[in-house]
Amino acid sequence: MKRQLPIFITFIAGITMIIQFFLPRLEHATVPPLGDLFLNWFLIIFAFAYILGGASLVVVNFSKIAKSAPGWGYNAVLLVGLFGTLAAGLFGGINEGSLFRYIFNYVFTPLSATMFALLAFFIASAAFRAFKAKTMEATLLLIAALIVMIGQVPLGQALWSHLPFLKGISLNILIDDWIMNGFNAAGQRAIILGASLGLISMSLKILLGIERSYLGGD
Amino acid sequence: MFWRLLNLDRKVIFLLVLAAAGIPLFFPLNIGIKPSQPVKNIYNFIEKLSPGKNILISFDYGPSTRIECAPMAAAVMRQAFRRGLRVVGLTIWPEGAALASDLLKRVGKECGKEYGRDYLDLGYKPGNEMAILALSKGIQTICPRDAAGTPIEEFPILSGIRTLRDFDLILSFSGGFPGLTDWITIAQAQCHRPVAGGCTAVIASQLYPYINSGQLLGLMGGLKGAAEYETLIGQPEEACLAMDAQGVTHFLIAGLILLSNLVFFATRKKKKRSGGA
Amino acid sequence: METLSASQVIGLWIAGFLTLFIFSFLYRDNPFYKFAEHLYVGVSAGYMMSVDFWNVLKPNLLDRLATAFSSAVSGRIFTKECLYLIPAVLGILMLSRLFPKIGWISRWPLAFIVGVTAGINIVYSMQAQILKQIEATILPLWVKAPPHLVQLKIASLQLFSFTSAVDLSRTVFNWLVVIGVCCGLIYFFFSMEHRGFFGGASRVGIWALMIAFGAAFGYTVMARVSLLIGRILFFKNEWWEAVKMTLAALLRLFHSG
Repeated sequence: MKRQLPIFITFIAGITMIIQFFLPRLEHATVPPLGDLFLNWFLIIFAFAYILGGASLVVVNFSKIAKSAPGWGYNAVLLVGLFGTLAAGLFGGINEGSLFRYIFNYVFTPLSATMFALLAFFIASAAFRAFKAKTMEATLLLIAALIVMIGQVPLGQALWSHLPFLKGISLNILIDDWIMNGFNAAGQRAIILGASLGLISMSLKILLGIERSYLGGD
Repeated sequence: MFWRLLNLDRKVIFLLVLAAAGIPLFFPLNIGIKPSQPVKNIYNFIEKLSPGKNILISFDYGPSTRIECAPMAAAVMRQAFRRGLRVVGLTIWPEGAALASDLLKRVGKECGKEYGRDYLDLGYKPGNEMAILALSKGIQTICPRDAAGTPIEEFPILSGIRTLRDFDLILSFSGGFPGLTDWITIAQAQCHRPVAGGCTAVIASQLYPYINSGQLLGLMGGLKGAAEYETLIGQPEEACLAMDAQGVTHFLIAGLILLSNLVFFATRKKKKRSGGA
Repeated sequence: METLSASQVIGLWIAGFLTLFIFSFLYRDNPFYKFAEHLYVGVSAGYMMSVDFWNVLKPNLLDRLATAFSSAVSGRIFTKECLYLIPAVLGILMLSRLFPKIGWISRWPLAFIVGVTAGINIVYSMQAQILKQIEATILPLWVKAPPHLVQLKIASLQLFSFTSAVDLSRTVFNWLVVIGVCCGLIYFFFSMEHRGFFGGASRVGIWALMIAFGAAFGYTVMARVSLLIGRILFFKNEWWEAVKMTLAALLRLFHSG
């Protein structure tokens, strides 16, 4: 029950999704095909994962507050934010004009956007400190990065058109056709193929019950 | 002096970056923008669609990537509405629900379009690629109601639309995963619908193999892609305004990288000489 | 810009302060940043759950179960909506993960999710990621073109010119893609030692990957800088409007007072 049944469920669910891919679609069927049914169930069960995530967050932070752990005030702020937003959403709706939408526009959006905007500063600082052309590979990386960075902005394109020897070469063609569609596409394609083959082999191992790490420990 | 340059306090770098990004927004350089071929592909395709055709737009981004993806989505919608096309919007990102709704309403109102007849908001659908797969089998099963809770049978825009196969173009504006790759995997490979879109610049380079293979019709990469599209439709807005600041900051960062390499090689040469002597 | 309401002005002030709290981390870690960070996590979780409920659980599950229940009450016990009891039960079982003693029950819905995902990945990834990408790599290594003049000039100095029946740029491009992909894949093959011809090909693969990563880095810088520009535009446009309206209101209050 604890391990065998989940492995069996994984196998049945996976095989059904593979078989349904090859079966013809029956129009006007009274009972939806099993594959379609599993897909709809998946979407609903997946939604419960968010509830699980939220509940876990509450449990972890509540225990820190209960133990008066260092910085428990911040955990209280987290819980106030969580319950406040949840209550606003559940009882007031999530449409335009609601308190929920107000919290989204004036609390969630600026916080989310600014968290990632910090990265602009850190990327500049990190690039200055660490981006050195110490090897052939690093030099290639550096040259490609500089050409893309300068060439992809209008200011760079405008300056390029005034350079004495290079202005005969179209920067758009150099970057789009040769660097991005050529070298970059080749490298990224190798990564896509390698990653996809790895994903398929892992998926097959999971379906056949060889890979069981997703079940966790006993 | 070289050693001091190498160990420049990062707060100085932060201030330089802030100045480079901020000053051109107040004193723009107004440099022209040349659209690239991947962006022109999307524009030309939409220009060829006749009025009444349906396009699906998936707003797969959140507040953190709104600045890049929202201008592209808005520019495409303006062109679509101008051409008399019908736009159905949804998102497979939970944070995208409110952003999609606001943008659809704002641009729809700006272009004088009617909700339910010219555009529709289907809201958020969970499950990442599973949501797209479910849409390819039947829209009504996964979207019985629109984002506001109204049954979708009440909207004339969806008459004749049952699955993804009934759309003439599928666009995704993605801020990461899930996003364009999943739309390509399901909507293009399974439903054989043309797929195009835009993305945050972080993942743009990863999508070029799909342009190369023909699986992706066109791509707007980052804020620059958005600025190119705004230029194409003749309505420069937020993205075009930001391009000057983008350029100056790029030059600053490139300059800092070159400077650090120059200093690095100069100090290394000096060390070799003093070590050898 | 349209006139802002009082609640919008207050909201913009809140947004402005929260933005500055996050930016204060650039100086050093401080209580304001920690407050904003924890608030972000809490509001984010609350947002996800609310959207999840209204966009997914209510229309896809609760409404269907309500239809099944009302059908059952009116005599039709077995309807297709009854099938949705199964994901409802599985979803609730997932919550057992919160209780260590019965946490193993959550493996059942998890197994279902993992199984469906694995099944989908095998077929759809194979088709769209592998087969299509391999197809796009099988390119002609000799592209014919009508006879045309090929010239190489630097400034206005002509170095050489000749007549060619080959589309040189397309041919070189195709060689580049094929060699780049093959050598890149060779680099990722770790079951064989990277020596001799294999090692040389692997080296070429690394070079192709490094150029790809360099391009990715250039684009990443563009993305991050765009986000910063977005925040500055917020202060320049929306927040500044709120400041102007607040000052105007204070001035009116001062004059009337």
